[in-house]
Amino acid sequence: MNRAMLRAHHLHKSFGGVTAVRDVSFEARPSQVVAIIGPNGAGKTTLFNMISGILPPDDGEIRLNNHRLDCLPPHKVASLGVARTFQNVQLFGNMTVLENVTMGRYRHGRGGLLRSALGLTRREEREIRSAAMRRLKRVGLADKADLLAPSLPLGEQRLLELARALAAEPRILLLDEPTAGLNTVETVRLAATISRIQANDVTVLLVEHDMNLVMSVADWVVVLDYGEKLAEGRPREVRNDPRVIEAYLGQENGNGAASGRGR
Amino acid sequence: MADLTTDLTHRLPARYWRLGLFVLLLALLPVFVRSSYLLTIMIFIGLHTILTAGLCLLMGYAGQVSLGHAAFYGLGAYASAIATARYGLSPWLGLLLSMALTGGVALVIAWPIFKLKGHYLAMATLGFGYIIYIFFTEAASLTGGPSGLTGVPYLSIAGWAFDRDVRYYYLVWGVAAMVLMASLNIVNSRVGRALRAIHGSEVAAQSVGVNTARLKAQVFVISAVYAGLAGSLYAHYLTFVNPSPFGFHFSVMLVVMASVGGVATVWGAPFGAAMVTLLTEALRAVVPRLLDRASGEYEIIAFGVLLMLVMIFMPQGVVQGLTEVYTRWRRGRPVAARPAGKALLSLRRWLRVKG
Repeated sequence: MNRAMLRAHHLHKSFGGVTAVRDVSFEARPSQVVAIIGPNGAGKTTLFNMISGILPPDDGEIRLNNHRLDCLPPHKVASLGVARTFQNVQLFGNMTVLENVTMGRYRHGRGGLLRSALGLTRREEREIRSAAMRRLKRVGLADKADLLAPSLPLGEQRLLELARALAAEPRILLLDEPTAGLNTVETVRLAATISRIQANDVTVLLVEHDMNLVMSVADWVVVLDYGEKLAEGRPREVRNDPRVIEAYLGQENGNGAASGRGR
Repeated sequence: MADLTTDLTHRLPARYWRLGLFVLLLALLPVFVRSSYLLTIMIFIGLHTILTAGLCLLMGYAGQVSLGHAAFYGLGAYASAIATARYGLSPWLGLLLSMALTGGVALVIAWPIFKLKGHYLAMATLGFGYIIYIFFTEAASLTGGPSGLTGVPYLSIAGWAFDRDVRYYYLVWGVAAMVLMASLNIVNSRVGRALRAIHGSEVAAQSVGVNTARLKAQVFVISAVYAGLAGSLYAHYLTFVNPSPFGFHFSVMLVVMASVGGVATVWGAPFGAAMVTLLTEALRAVVPRLLDRASGEYEIIAFGVLLMLVMIFMPQGVVQGLTEVYTRWRRGRPVAARPAGKALLSLRRWLRVKG
């Protein structure tokens, strides 16, 4: 039996008078894909921001193995092997595609300011660049290595962001709505990519609206609603949970007659 | 596309090659230029290049403005002068001491100052500059007060002193070349990329593990060490120091040099330093002939106009601006990817044409 790798314990976060996340706990085991779903404004991205250290939780605790993440700044969290992508793609717009991926290698580099100034990091630099190039080839963007990142179409920008996150060789990968802006073919390819990532012993946390993707790749689903955990379980259990259906589809459940709340 | 990829993988030699060409041109200059006056100006351009290189890193890569950099310059000069003229230490030791002192001071003030952002940070550095300036004029027992310190020895190696302009020219530009090389190395390294990444997206930079606050503070320290080095070289060249060159005015001039040359590339430093220094000298010669009883304040107007023109027509600075103009003229199309790198690339061609 695998022990939990990431544990979120009674997390709480409010902005002014608005409670974004209330008493949410969940666990993720090694090489598990955990999907976090819920209507817009349910607190999914806030949860991600707390795990990646961008927002400190008001209360509760996040542990990665034996490390507490909730009191660490984002760069320390990243250096422990947590990588992420963003709902609104956050690429380095002033850099080329290849340079964006080399930034993913940042936590594995050693050359500081002084060693760089003295020109002692050339070998490391070559290694970083070739490792980044390999990542780019894997996502099929190698021929665009020297283009500026913002010149890519949105689908490829998401792929690039994923390549950058993977270049970090993370233990936990947080994907925030990775299919937003992707077409059907790209979404199918993304599902395959996620399965491959999982096969490489990486735990994946996935915020996603595309239920087909969630049902096909997730091992465990956590449902949030109004900042609270509504349900969790295997994808099939969750799909048939009446509370989940109510939150998603409105009061009286009809087959697909969706009137999702809060839109 | 293929040639760009090659350039990316073989970028290190190309960058040294460019610098080598630059150094060669400078090394040949004294063969043609014999005037002591012109060599003195060139020495000052060299000192200003060292200072501006640090400021370019700070402004262009760490995204911070220092309005007190003349104070670090002064600290370096005074540390060298006091160590050698008062305590009789070796000038080389004095040089190392001034770099250590300025670096140490920058490290100490970086901690509170870098909690501030934007204009507040600039104001804090301005305040720091004034405090140091007042220290130079008031702590007379140590600094000699407004009249300064005399009797600073020349730097020398085994009895061979850097006492003539030609010798000092080679010393200063040798150091300036090393500073430029160090800066180019930084810019093209993992940390240099991280600094650019902070401009692109600070939150993404942090999410890949960049400690943004620490990196910015480190660049601040490096730029202060450069300034200390330049200050020490200044003291051993003139052999005396007084407070007047290290005031607010010169801090602003340094920001002008960096902005005119362009902060997005390290090459902005020598070009910005040269333009502003030469213009200062030209104005000093021309203005009194045009206007009676004219003094320093007219220079300010000229620099204000220069800065405005550069910001309007070449907001990236003269180096980048001119290379873009040249590339467009040469190829008949605008510059696209990798602006900084491309600018350097075309600068090479540009330098080749000049040489």
